Amino acid sequence: MRRILWVSALAALAGTAAHVGLAHAAGALEGQVDRQALNLAAIVMFFLFVIGTLGITYRAAMQTRSAADFYAAGGGITGFQNGLAIAGDYMSAASFLGISGLVFASGFDGLIYSIGFLVGWPVILFLIAERLRNLGKFTFADVASFRLEPTSIRILSATGTLVVVAFYLIAQMVGAGKLIELLFGLQYLYAVVIVGVLMIVYVAFGGMKATTWVQIIKACLLLAGASFMAIMVLVRYGFSPEAMFADAVRIHPRGDAIMAPGALVSDPVSAISLGLALMFGTAGLPHILMRFFTVSDAQAARKSVFYATGFIAYFYILTFIIGFGAITFLMTDDSFYHAGPGGVINRVGGLIGGTNMAAIHLANAVGGSLFLGFISAVAFATILAVVAGLTLAGASAVSHDLYAEVIARGRANEQREVRISKMTAVVIGIVAIILGYVFENQNVAFMVGLAFAVAASCNFPVLLMSVFWKGTTTRGSLIGGFLGLLSAVVMVVLSKAVWVQTLGFGEALFPYDNPALFSMTIAFVGIWLFSKMDSSAQAKSEQASFDAQYVRSETGIGAASAHIH
Amino acid sequence: MAEDAHLRVLNSPRFQELVRRRSGFAWTLSAIMLVIYFGFILLVAFAKPLLGMKVGGGVTSLGIVLGLFVIVAAFVLTGVYVRRANSEFDALTDRLKEEVQ
Repeated sequence: MRRILWVSALAALAGTAAHVGLAHAAGALEGQVDRQALNLAAIVMFFLFVIGTLGITYRAAMQTRSAADFYAAGGGITGFQNGLAIAGDYMSAASFLGISGLVFASGFDGLIYSIGFLVGWPVILFLIAERLRNLGKFTFADVASFRLEPTSIRILSATGTLVVVAFYLIAQMVGAGKLIELLFGLQYLYAVVIVGVLMIVYVAFGGMKATTWVQIIKACLLLAGASFMAIMVLVRYGFSPEAMFADAVRIHPRGDAIMAPGALVSDPVSAISLGLALMFGTAGLPHILMRFFTVSDAQAARKSVFYATGFIAYFYILTFIIGFGAITFLMTDDSFYHAGPGGVINRVGGLIGGTNMAAIHLANAVGGSLFLGFISAVAFATILAVVAGLTLAGASAVSHDLYAEVIARGRANEQREVRISKMTAVVIGIVAIILGYVFENQNVAFMVGLAFAVAASCNFPVLLMSVFWKGTTTRGSLIGGFLGLLSAVVMVVLSKAVWVQTLGFGEALFPYDNPALFSMTIAFVGIWLFSKMDSSAQAKSEQASFDAQYVRSETGIGAASAHIH
Repeated sequence: MAEDAHLRVLNSPRFQELVRRRSGFAWTLSAIMLVIYFGFILLVAFAKPLLGMKVGGGVTSLGIVLGLFVIVAAFVLTGVYVRRANSEFDALTDRLKEEVQ
């Protein structure tokens, strides 16, 4: 392991230029990252963020009384604020560092991911958002169980939610631990515990209101920081992207190849499968779907998607510029690299901390150590905000879907349901800390992809079919949904990322990188087929109540004003 | 909702007009988005050299221009939908609500 020693933290606080030195430390462990000396500037700024957000949590806790307050911030979030919060859920550390790192390493290919993440939004707006609001109350299971048998549908939706939350959460926790070890010089375990404890506090005390505001504040900080970096890059080229691209092509070892699609998407099936998972996975992410219940009406829900799409689009354009900026600023400066054998520097993989650190190093290059501290603190805040949203979604699935509907059979009192939700948040936080610890040295990169694949193959088909197809029955949804869930998980386990790279077997049994094309088909065909074959009396009555659901989903007529108390 | 209430809405010409106009619009926009996006993905999969082609005499490639186009198109399409939904469709829904209540 190479250990990086950055300039002393006090000097960093005083704003002196950073000096990057290298020292060698022996005894590398697999999967361990370069740990940096304690970065005080970053820690102080992160500390300020935590103090501020804890203040907000305290205020939110004072105002949170009813279940609607806890799950949906009392419906008091505006369209603009919700747009920022949704964008915040999306602008995770993975997308900020990962995509700019991908652009840094291979140029154009980074754009393929950003576009896939973005294009789900218009489709959610056109087909899902409004109907979700008209039919549901707090979770997407409310919608799917509107006319289907609530107990089994909620078990299915809660399972889908918890599986997505679990994989997403593990990826975030491990990412958080590594990132903080790298950026702050804190030990992995401390970092994981800090993240776990803070997310419990935000969710258990402040509910959706605190979770939303943490997300909004972080989104503003991240957008501001990323804008500054992109502008500093463009200033160097007189705001001419062409000049920036030309310089990058000249500097990058792959030369002109970075302007065209490369090896990231190898075969058409993988390309389409990835596209489907990215596009429709978004429409099945429980922590995102919950956000549509935090605004006052359908108009605000639509506006929030419009703003969110705008912010996310802007953010991805920024990460693209940041990635190219990293090529032109970093690849010409040896101090950002550690040399390989014989003093040869690999201009891509040799970057200190790996290519995912491209944006962090660029922050140092364009803004000095104080700005580096700012961006590091924002990256930490980003993880915190995203895991808080995930925890709330998981806790709601347990309390609102499993406890209130399945265990208490709809007779739970509201206070007790909220209390269960808070307790679940504590349990999820503790489990997340343990899993984060257990998975420290595992390759978890596939887990976000798996979360998207499950969301696209279980939650999304069940939601879509129950709302759009009259023939959908409980039995059909159950079998199709579970088949989608199972097939997505099994195919990911048998694919290269897990079977070969994680479990160490020789040959991948599933040849493609992403299962969505197959698992989504299985889910949709399953729901259709088993609904068709279902001739029970229950199925008849479920199909007969489609009209009432249809009227309400299209107009909102009959919906109780669940969001205002 | 009472049994007859939703039937009254269902059979109302205003409801049928709302649903027809809105679904037509929403599905058309969804189709446009899908065609643009999967068109792009298929080009990435099958026509890598085409996307690497230079535009404007510099190093900027067709792929980058098209990629930015997809991003902008996603944003514009949501804007187009929200504009029409928040005026026309909401007005229709409000009138429908007055009618049945």
